[in-house]
Amino acid sequence: MTENIFIDYSLLILFLPLVSFLILVFTGKRLPRQGDWVGIGAILTTLALSISMFVSMLIEYEPGFSHEASFSWINLSAFQVDLGFLVDNITIIMLLVVSLISSMTHIFSTKYLEGDIRYSRYYAYLGLFTFSMNGIVLANNLISLYMFWELVGVSSYLLIQHWFEKDSAADAAKKAFLTNRVGDIGFFIGIMLIFSTVGAFTYSDIFAGVADGTIGGTILTFAGIGLFLGAMGKSSQFPLHIWLPDAMEGPTPVSALMHAATMVAAGVYMSVRIFPLFTPDALTVVAYVGGFTALFAASIAITQNDIKKVLAYSTVSQLGYMILAVGTGAYIAGFFHLVTHAMFKACLFYCSGSVIHAMHHALHKKHDHETDPQDMRNMGGFKDKMPVTYATMLIATLAISGVPLFSGFLSKDAVLAGTLSFVIHHPEHFFLAICGFGAALITAFYMFRLIFMTFHGSPTKKELIDDIHESPKAMTYPLILLATLSFFIFYTLPSVNPISDHGWFKDLVVPQDSFVQDSAILSAHEIEEGMHHAHYLAMALSLLVAGLGIGLSWMMYYRKILSADEWAKKTGPMYNLSLNKYYFDENYQKYLIQPVLKLADKVAYIDWDLYDKYFINGFGRVTDWISRITGRLDYEGIDQTLVDGVGRSAGKMGSGLKQIQTGKLQNYLLFVLAGVIVILVFQTI
Amino acid sequence: MHSLESYLYVSAILFALGLYAVVTRRNGIAVLMGVELILNSANLNFLAFARFGGVNLAGHIFALFVIIMAAAEAAVALAIVINIYKNYQSINVDEISALRQ
Amino acid sequence: MADAAFWLMALLTVASAVVVVHHDKLLYSAIALLFTFFGVAGLYIFLWADFLAAVQVVIYVGGILVLVIFGIMLTNKITTVNISHTSMQRGAGGLLVAFVLGSLGLMITKTPWLVQHAAEPDQTVATIGRLLMMDYLLPFEVASLLLLGALIGAATLSRREE
Repeated sequence: MTENIFIDYSLLILFLPLVSFLILVFTGKRLPRQGDWVGIGAILTTLALSISMFVSMLIEYEPGFSHEASFSWINLSAFQVDLGFLVDNITIIMLLVVSLISSMTHIFSTKYLEGDIRYSRYYAYLGLFTFSMNGIVLANNLISLYMFWELVGVSSYLLIQHWFEKDSAADAAKKAFLTNRVGDIGFFIGIMLIFSTVGAFTYSDIFAGVADGTIGGTILTFAGIGLFLGAMGKSSQFPLHIWLPDAMEGPTPVSALMHAATMVAAGVYMSVRIFPLFTPDALTVVAYVGGFTALFAASIAITQNDIKKVLAYSTVSQLGYMILAVGTGAYIAGFFHLVTHAMFKACLFYCSGSVIHAMHHALHKKHDHETDPQDMRNMGGFKDKMPVTYATMLIATLAISGVPLFSGFLSKDAVLAGTLSFVIHHPEHFFLAICGFGAALITAFYMFRLIFMTFHGSPTKKELIDDIHESPKAMTYPLILLATLSFFIFYTLPSVNPISDHGWFKDLVVPQDSFVQDSAILSAHEIEEGMHHAHYLAMALSLLVAGLGIGLSWMMYYRKILSADEWAKKTGPMYNLSLNKYYFDENYQKYLIQPVLKLADKVAYIDWDLYDKYFINGFGRVTDWISRITGRLDYEGIDQTLVDGVGRSAGKMGSGLKQIQTGKLQNYLLFVLAGVIVILVFQTI
Repeated sequence: MHSLESYLYVSAILFALGLYAVVTRRNGIAVLMGVELILNSANLNFLAFARFGGVNLAGHIFALFVIIMAAAEAAVALAIVINIYKNYQSINVDEISALRQ
Repeated sequence: MADAAFWLMALLTVASAVVVVHHDKLLYSAIALLFTFFGVAGLYIFLWADFLAAVQVVIYVGGILVLVIFGIMLTNKITTVNISHTSMQRGAGGLLVAFVLGSLGLMITKTPWLVQHAAEPDQTVATIGRLLMMDYLLPFEVASLLLLGALIGAATLSRREE
């Protein structure tokens, strides 16, 4: 496969979903089946193209493969902006992930949203999302990255408020949008800082600028943190994490696609792309944000009872892992975790969707509109009723908990190895290691809590259990596929050693040296070395904490040796903090939003009641008065007499002359006769 | 002995009457009759000048052609009148004012 | 005697023409037109145009007048013989026509007509025939074409639409 074909394929992958969006948004409702086949056809074609690119990447097996194509967008003598594509191994892997999860979502949704009132619009928005996500993946410059970034934000907004009749959904969409804006301001400042110094947007030009010292020092640190702020918003890092759990108001397949696997990973993907320009200071900030988010979100997930909320906080926590990996320099490990996480977290979300779907149907049959179909306290004992969902969810849970033989083990181990080696190099940052391993422990605990509460034990709602059924095939097949992809073997080939840190992924995605001119920065090779040394220690530790977490959960929720309620009482204040998500929403409301609103009220008072009413309206009144007078002059003086006068006289002449044209032949004859006489008279005279 | 002028007077009166009919009569056929009168007055003039211009028979030939033409005119005009009648259910010339449009 | 006969003919012509122009009933006008044609034919005889007088009677009375009466009958119900019809713009028309007549009369009176007296020819038919076939052959043929065209045209126009 030549490089040009890579670009052609990328173009098709980018624009096919857009075409589907345009078709569906304009004609969707009139198409048979509301046009879902348009969206599915487009995304399956995209998937096929991504797979063929992926396969040829595997065949070529060239770590340094990279191809760019760009065109000039704005070309002024002083200012030039090129937009273009960058296709390398990371891009190809990411394209495959996006189109795979997106395809699964399309198929899953045919049943999950069957009969929805905005079915075709839903598919249209999915197309829009896929288009913009692929745009982010393919971008070779910050400006088109930023444009697609915002497009992703819009499609996220549109899909979260899919059921906008519910106030909570509309509010959640607004919240997601606004929180992302906060991060995006930082992102934009970062872009502009870089542009004002380097004068370019493309990654390669920026890296060249960083390498030759055009940009450096504090400015580069701030630029890096600015860009990272964007990633924090999109990847829902502390303290901008608040929108993601609320975003679960959207349909579950959307949560799987955007708010677990792909869109929230965009921040991580962007950090991976621009990693070589992060200064050591910026990286420290990144690492702390990521590490703290991982631990913090995990601690909230323990006490949540809504099945999707647990998964949402779990997602935040796992994203924290990836960011932590970027911050500690093991950014390839972060990207690896992104890929494996996309598979098993999407699987988990689909499983929860499957469970909610079943609950929903059962409740519907009982005409019960009070019980929350997402609350795990209403579940239990679903294991035998939904065997496929159970099995796939268990596999995905094992993967996320970091149990050997599963993909999560490999990637989490790599992230933890990176963290550990960083901490060994810089012992003062030992807190990061605590965050990493602590989060791993808690993750294992709460994920198994979810499994036990949902599928094991005796049903809490006995009247429902008979109506719980396995979901249709369109929903279970994606589960099976994604669960299969959660096994280690797909990531370690050609090696079949389940604990090895080698495989095609490691071979093909090689870390890039940082371009930052700083003695403190470690080269990619040094980081590799460190990770390799820390590998077995990290593995042992992570196995230990995972085992601990699972065991604790088993005792508490399966065997019930330890009472969860008693523990909750014992840890009273902490439990409440976690249950209420550390009162983040309340505090934001109290200390950020209310003061801003109050200030806005004051400003509005000055603007509206004082400035507008007296100054602006006064102006208006004077103008009104003047214009009335001139209007009268104009209308009565000029218009009525002069302008209309001319018209009227023409009209009068016309109507007078009209009388002559009677259409009567003999009248004309008479006039001819009169004319002849006149001529005769003149002749004689 | 009657003179040239007497014939010319009769011819002039016939012409004026024909003209009057053409201008005033509403009915299309009456208008045609007026035209016939005018043609007759012309013929009368031709023949009178032929008689008092040294018996020149060329005037007769002209009168003959006028009669031929009048016959043709009458045939076509009446066909038109009948056609108009079919279309408008009327042959009153003043009602047929399509020229106004 | 001949004078009296001439004035009688002139009077007949003018009087019947006035009836043609003025009568309210169309059929009466048509009958009056018959007398006008006869009167004009009589005047032709006084003008030594016996052949033309015969032609006048044959064509005008036998052809055109019959056509006119057919036209009247075809455009009105056959039972309403008293087809009345009115006139319009009588005042203006009359005024103008009177003016025309006055100026014509003035012209006729004022003009010094050059009159050549000649003997009355024995017959005119042979001369006219010779003229038609020799000097005026082309107009004669054109006139026959005109008649043919009129025939076809009239037939086409009055044909019922299929």
